[in-house]
Amino acid sequence: MQAAITLQSLAPALPEIFMVAAICVVLLADVFAGAAARRITPTLTLVVIALGAALTILHAQVPERVVLFSGMYVADPLGTLLKLLGFLFTGVALLYSRAYLEARNLLKGEYYVLVLTALLGIFVIVSAGSLLTLYIGVELLALSLYALVAFDRDSGIAAESAMKYFVLGAIASGCLLYGMSLVYGMSGSLLLADLAVRLQGEASLGLIMGIVFLVVGVAFKFGAVPFHMWVPDVYQGAPSSVTLFVATAPKIASFALAFRLLAGGLGQVAGTWMQMLSIVAIASLVLGNVVAIAQTSLKRMLAYSAIGNVGFILLGFVAGTEQGYEAALYYTVVYVLMTLGSFGVILLASRAGFEASELDDYKGLHARDPLLALIMMVLMFSTAGIPPFVGFWAKLQIFQALWAVNQMALVVCAAAVSVIGVFYYLRVVKLMYFDAPTEAPRGFAHRGVRFALGLNAFAVLALGLLPESLLSLCAKVLS
Amino acid sequence: MITLQHMLTLSGILFALAVAGIFINRKNVILLLMCIELMLLAVNFSFVSFSRFLGNLDGQVFVFFVLTVAAAESAIGLAILVVLFRERRSINVEDLDTLKG
Repeated sequence: MQAAITLQSLAPALPEIFMVAAICVVLLADVFAGAAARRITPTLTLVVIALGAALTILHAQVPERVVLFSGMYVADPLGTLLKLLGFLFTGVALLYSRAYLEARNLLKGEYYVLVLTALLGIFVIVSAGSLLTLYIGVELLALSLYALVAFDRDSGIAAESAMKYFVLGAIASGCLLYGMSLVYGMSGSLLLADLAVRLQGEASLGLIMGIVFLVVGVAFKFGAVPFHMWVPDVYQGAPSSVTLFVATAPKIASFALAFRLLAGGLGQVAGTWMQMLSIVAIASLVLGNVVAIAQTSLKRMLAYSAIGNVGFILLGFVAGTEQGYEAALYYTVVYVLMTLGSFGVILLASRAGFEASELDDYKGLHARDPLLALIMMVLMFSTAGIPPFVGFWAKLQIFQALWAVNQMALVVCAAAVSVIGVFYYLRVVKLMYFDAPTEAPRGFAHRGVRFALGLNAFAVLALGLLPESLLSLCAKVLS
Repeated sequence: MITLQHMLTLSGILFALAVAGIFINRKNVILLLMCIELMLLAVNFSFVSFSRFLGNLDGQVFVFFVLTVAAAESAIGLAILVVLFRERRSINVEDLDTLKG
């Protein structure tokens, strides 16, 4: 019945296999290096990430959908792209974080191991072919993130936010699981490919209930309203380097979760989840953009901005067409790139004993550190959706996808709230350029990291001037 | 005769009890952890009943994974609880209110 498993046939699963081995190596190296571990582990982790990306490009590329392990594992061009982006974003996030961790005595091997296990969780979600693999991936990612948020053991607010994240995350996992059990009961299979075939036509009551629970789980993982309560607390409470990680790479996993589960497995009964998702998306857009205005903490403001942006990603799914999924993928990648930069600025502006997490800490940043202020301005303009930066094209794609399926009301609503949103992004720019500097000290000057951050901002501009490059890539992997 | 309906109703009641327990309880974080555990067990029960009535073993295999993950989840939850207690000297849910806005 089953084809024999050979080393050759396992090649598409190389990124995951490599990651499992690499995590063990990093963990052991960290233990045996003793006092030298502080220097070795961060470098080794970056080497591992670079090596993993290289292996993925060289050996794990697949021209089309390949199924492994009796359908539990799916490798396709979309998966390869998302994994490479996962490697890239995680690597950059670790690069930005190092000085921050060092200054707060958080530079420990476990931090890097937990980031790698979270990355492995993302990969498992990206390549999931059944509800079981999807669940394992979600939990692997979530458990690593809970531990990361609580990583600073001497910080009361970090522990509090970790506890909130844990309890709400566990409820969301429970809902996701309950939904999975109902969908399994209605279809008799755990494989997403089977679900797509068996669940067609009129949905039964049990199936609708199952889908409601699944949408709750997915919305929670995205941090969409009304399941967003954890987002601001975690963004504010966690150490900034952890916030940077939580805000970036897991968004790829959320996209993959929604794409594999809703668009893939439940694609034939899309009518049932689309309406729910559109309400969730609009609620996120409105609440995220309006509440962000009232914030005094930059990290908390960016958290509400994340909620608003997640609304946009979900709107791509609401369109429900291939163009819509492309737009959602494009928006996810672009959003993560911009968030990486903005939290990078927060990390670079901070130093030992100074967090640079309040908006007031950025008053007169231009006078103190012109380069950092310029980078932040580019990122804020782009996130606000002002042309020629890439954030504008991402929003435009979503609008076009909705326009194509005659969802005018959603387009108007989304456009209106993004105009409201421009206000709080521009306020950051105003604080940096037009307010008198406070006595806040200058951050560390790490030339290499500053260069990387500059490159990040430049990418936001360059991708905005040449939007076709990334867009055609997104279209290619989804077709 | 016990039918699938009976088993699913029981699983639904257990799940609802767990959710209600999480939202009504304002006293103790450990009770939250117990409710989360109950929630996962309700799901397991639903999986096993479906598996039994469908004559398909996949659901029961799923339960093993859920049990394992639930153990890991409790471990992490308790670890966070220890950190929290050292900082706050309290595990009262109402004391978790420093982060707002």
